[in-house]
Amino acid sequence: MTMPWFLRRVIEIVPTLFLTWTIVFGVLQLIPGDPVMLALGGTPASDEVIDNERKRLGLDQPLHIQYFDFLRKMAVGDLGNSYQTKQPVGQMIAARVRPSLELALGGLLVGIVLGVVLGLGAGLRPHGWVDTATMSTALIGVSMPSFWIGMLLIYVFGLMLEWVPILGEGIDALILPSITVGLFLAGGLARLIRSAIIETMSQDYIRTARAKGLPNFRIVAKHAMRNAIIPPITLLGVQFAFLIGGAVVTERVFARPGLGALLIDAVLTKDIPLVQGLVVYTTSAYILINLALELLYGVLDPRIRSRRA
Amino acid sequence: MSAIAVLPPRRLIARTLGTPGAAAGVVILAALVLGAIFAPIFSPFDPNATRVCPRLAAPSLAHWFGCDLFGRDIFSRILYGGRLSLAIGLLTVAISLFAGTLIGMVIAFLGGRADRIGTRLLDVMLGFPPIVLAILIVAVLGVSAFNAALAVGISGIPRFARVVRSATLLLVGREFVESARAMGASQTRILRRHLLPNLMPVIIVLASLDLGTAILSTATLSFLGLGAQPPTAEWGAMLNAGREFMRYAPWTMIFPGLALFLAVMSVNLVGDRLSHILDPRAGGRV
Repeated sequence: MTMPWFLRRVIEIVPTLFLTWTIVFGVLQLIPGDPVMLALGGTPASDEVIDNERKRLGLDQPLHIQYFDFLRKMAVGDLGNSYQTKQPVGQMIAARVRPSLELALGGLLVGIVLGVVLGLGAGLRPHGWVDTATMSTALIGVSMPSFWIGMLLIYVFGLMLEWVPILGEGIDALILPSITVGLFLAGGLARLIRSAIIETMSQDYIRTARAKGLPNFRIVAKHAMRNAIIPPITLLGVQFAFLIGGAVVTERVFARPGLGALLIDAVLTKDIPLVQGLVVYTTSAYILINLALELLYGVLDPRIRSRRA
Repeated sequence: MSAIAVLPPRRLIARTLGTPGAAAGVVILAALVLGAIFAPIFSPFDPNATRVCPRLAAPSLAHWFGCDLFGRDIFSRILYGGRLSLAIGLLTVAISLFAGTLIGMVIAFLGGRADRIGTRLLDVMLGFPPIVLAILIVAVLGVSAFNAALAVGISGIPRFARVVRSATLLLVGREFVESARAMGASQTRILRRHLLPNLMPVIIVLASLDLGTAILSTATLSFLGLGAQPPTAEWGAMLNAGREFMRYAPWTMIFPGLALFLAVMSVNLVGDRLSHILDPRAGGRV
């Protein structure tokens, strides 16, 4: 009996999720110091209070019980309570998803527009001046620290020219952070589209399309783009999946209250449940988005579907 | 047999300098490295001496890059900061390289279940965003410049291991490995004397392409407050400090950022060129 390929892929992610959570649990066990003391936040407490707290957190149980308890809770989405705020970690994460998601989408938009335009321009005329300029810009893009780009943007457009606000929640406060994230994405995307287009344009079916006398625009848009699209989508999917967990650096530069900023705070205050919850959320989102993408390829490219079946 | 064995060092250097971009990279990198090594000679002031100039003073003839909040000379701090930033970058790559090569070679050589389980674990590790993995490791190790290097180094291990594993798989079936086996060479000997030398081009390419990222990632951790701590002169930490005075003293963030950018870009330029020479199929970073 054969299972549909997409069902098989869905089932296959269960061990991946399980392994990822196991690594997170294992790594956080290595944090030095007594977690109960961290949970109590350094306030002096009697032995009785400490014992009660240890029992309440389930830390009096043997490690393997704690581990199974952890897996069971993660599977149903119970991420525990923060040591610092005592709030449920799930709620704290939910409250921060929006700023991170907005930035991820904004950055993706800027990245796609820039990356596609530059990549196409470079790929259609390899070794021309557009190509040279694009590839130099891409190299500069991957070498520039994104926090430095962010600060330069703030300085020039926010402080000197005063075109855009540098703080706040509105859409105009999203412009500079989106450009910061987008510039980083565009560099890699442009390189990838360039090489995909160069390869596709040398294929026989493009020559056929040309021989049929199709206009150049139609050849690129209908024939070349459609076949060159999978590698760039993979790259964007991976980047978007990472961004869902918060653009740690950009959020810090622009003081955006997203998930990345929350993670830094959690690490600095040794808030173990919060660190654990955030990493579990980020990596799980990454795995699920990649799964969704893979299912999407089957729709975009029938060849992949038939190969897997 | 390998590309390196064919190219004598002098020709390798000559070919590395073969393109204007790579030559510029070598010159910039050399300047930064020399500036860092000879920082005590070149820097006009003690990098940690406060009040050598007015607070947040603008760049001038006496203080080329201006001064920071504590009246420290930014130019001197950048020279000394280069020592830390570049050394940490090298340490980081060394950690990823050593452990990644070892793991990749061994699982590919053993094959079978070791390879399947190893590859699976590597794939799971690659599912962590690199910066999140590094932050997670810092959470365990504690905040310091050395731990930041360790964290970025460890988070790079799966990347190296994955590539070295694939490269090793291509070699293990080859005749020279078979004949070494037939002659009764021990497993360690085959790994060390037969496989490792043949993996060197791949490893060098990987390391040179990774060094820029390593410098950037450790500086990023310092910028986030998870690496080098004030008052240490380190580029990422200096940028973090400069962030608050951007409006009144932009030089506090422009020059450390420029140093970091130039370091990463020159390393990338040289790395791209090296990978082109040593592994023409790879054709640089994509």
